[in-house]
Amino acid sequence: MRDIFLPALLPLIATSAPADPLVQIRDLNFAYDSRSILSGINITIPRGKVVAIMGPSGCGKTTTLRLIGGQLRPTSGEVRVAGQVVHECDDDGLYLLRRRMGMLFQFGALFTDMSVYDNVAFQMREHTNLPEELIHDLVLMKLHAVGLRGAYKLMPAELSGGMARRVALARAIALDPMLIMYDEPFAGLDPISLSIIGELIRTLNDALGASSIVVTHDVHESLKIVDYIYFVSEGKIVAEGTAEEIKESQAPYVHQFVWGEADGPVPFQYPARPYGEEMMEQPSKPRRWWS
Amino acid sequence: MSRMQQILRQIGHQVTERLWRLGFASRFLLMTVLYSGTALKRFHLTIREIYFTGVLSLIIILVSGMFVGMVLGLQGYDTLQRYGSSEALGVLVALSLVRELGPVVAALLFASRAGSAITAEIGLMKATEQLSAMEMMAVSPIARVVAPRFWAGVISMPMLAALFSAMGVLGGYLVGVKLIGVDEGAFWSQMQAAVDFRQDIMNGVIKSFVFGVLVSWIAVFEGYDADPTAEGVSRATTRTVVTSSLAILAADFVLTAFMFRGI
Amino acid sequence: MNRAVIDLWVGLFVAMGLAALLFLGLKAANLGSTDIGKTYSLQARFDNIGGLKVRAPVKSAGVVVGRVGEIRFDPESYMALVSMQVDVRYQFPRDTFATINTSGLLGEQYVGFEVGGDPDMLKAGDTLKKTQSAVVLEKLISQFMFDKASGDEGK
Repeated sequence: MRDIFLPALLPLIATSAPADPLVQIRDLNFAYDSRSILSGINITIPRGKVVAIMGPSGCGKTTTLRLIGGQLRPTSGEVRVAGQVVHECDDDGLYLLRRRMGMLFQFGALFTDMSVYDNVAFQMREHTNLPEELIHDLVLMKLHAVGLRGAYKLMPAELSGGMARRVALARAIALDPMLIMYDEPFAGLDPISLSIIGELIRTLNDALGASSIVVTHDVHESLKIVDYIYFVSEGKIVAEGTAEEIKESQAPYVHQFVWGEADGPVPFQYPARPYGEEMMEQPSKPRRWWS
Repeated sequence: MSRMQQILRQIGHQVTERLWRLGFASRFLLMTVLYSGTALKRFHLTIREIYFTGVLSLIIILVSGMFVGMVLGLQGYDTLQRYGSSEALGVLVALSLVRELGPVVAALLFASRAGSAITAEIGLMKATEQLSAMEMMAVSPIARVVAPRFWAGVISMPMLAALFSAMGVLGGYLVGVKLIGVDEGAFWSQMQAAVDFRQDIMNGVIKSFVFGVLVSWIAVFEGYDADPTAEGVSRATTRTVVTSSLAILAADFVLTAFMFRGI
Repeated sequence: MNRAVIDLWVGLFVAMGLAALLFLGLKAANLGSTDIGKTYSLQARFDNIGGLKVRAPVKSAGVVVGRVGEIRFDPESYMALVSMQVDVRYQFPRDTFATINTSGLLGEQYVGFEVGGDPDMLKAGDTLKKTQSAVVLEKLISQFMFDKASGDEGK
């Protein structure tokens, strides 16, 4: 019962310190064993804004989201959410923090054994003691916001990719979070679903007074809706700026990415030895299983 | 020499790997038990899983139990009548079922019917990021997904084993008494004289409880530990069936040695 | 799946499981009939118990009246000390005779009570004075052979 009011109070806390950004990432390094994924990342997400983190596949964008959500621990540096250092929280603190975050996973990650209705109601039932009638109203309200109130009885298997993404979005905002994270929200969607999701990201952010992080490689859709953009390549931030600045940018990397050129600072060829040298070499004998 | 070293290193690597996994699995079991509050407090979560693991395994358990009992009736009669003691058929059928075949065969069937399903389900939930999503919603997947399935398995297993044995005794009765014509009174009375409730039936129940813990533990662990890919889930499912079958048979030997030695 | 339907099925499942256990207990095992409720303890010393086992029946006039509880070796008298749990419904006179019998030629062994005529009854913890040991088949045969041989010599 106590927890449902927490998100409602947050805008009040926010206005008391408007200069304080919601998420602040400082000198963040992260490595799996010895393989470095992120190095020296600095990102600031001001309250009320939609910020995009862009970059090619496999550059560490999703890892950044997991670090913000506390599912991974940074090797060095820190992530602050609402003033708290995420990796210093104990389990209870982390869970309290996560109740105020919503996350949209790449392919929705809806619970396949529950109906659309139960998916959206999941967090309300887990974290609050609200009566079922109130949950009913809240669920339909959230589903209405993403335009799928009519689909509440369906199972996730009966939804199209775009609809599943919207249901997952309704689930992510179930407890009115202060921070909404989107992991590749546009991946694999048709143009109509794509612009619906784009619209929703912007309008929900503004309606809820939340802040949003969009991790994506879809430049054109995200340039329409976001306030600020970070470009990540090979674990480093290579460019940042507002949507206008990025569009005008002449930096070669950004130019290649925004205009989708096949070759440029990001080479077409995977690093290899000189072509001629490799062609001359005898192929090594195939290894037998007993050798 | 280097070949020898290589082989030894391989063995050492395998052993440490297995031990590490066993330790990891034990820690996982401990976590599951510690996080069982939700599964027991909101018992409908567990009831739902009992439906999927227990109720849906009923058909295979009942039918197999019946057939195993009928085969025991045929084979047992064939052997016993050579010694002129075909009235002891009831004893043979009941004791073999209640002490050994009921718990063991029911557990083996349970591992392949329900254990593999649990592994596949949890593995797929992991592969499609459902477990991650749950964690991000501040709900522990161990408490919400793993623990109810674990307890459902632990609760279902003794029921299924008892049903298996009961069906087997009925099957033996049908073949022995109705088909072959062993005397009905002798069949039941000899059985009742030889089968002891505490010694035989309760020990069978204890066995099936232990097997239930083993199978459920292996199934949830393999699912949770699966590589989040299609191939990883399929390998985890196979491992569940293989590992739990071996664990059941090994545990059965140990339990039998403790329970029935010298009695 | 509706929660009520699931509850119904699971309820049915648990009921079936318990029914199976009850069936095994009553129909296949000795739970209902011969498992004795309240018992009192009696002791008896035997020279040789043969193949008597713990939980073997104690019978009087062929009816099961109790079970063997514990079998020990008494280091003072060099005899086997057998304690039996006898149903409280049955009382036996003080001069009851305890024998170890075999059901059939090769069947299991049990303790038989042959009732005497003493007006006093045995109380819990009492020891039966008169006992007869198990008949050991090998001994019987060898004795018979020995008697036969010595008898022939005497002639």
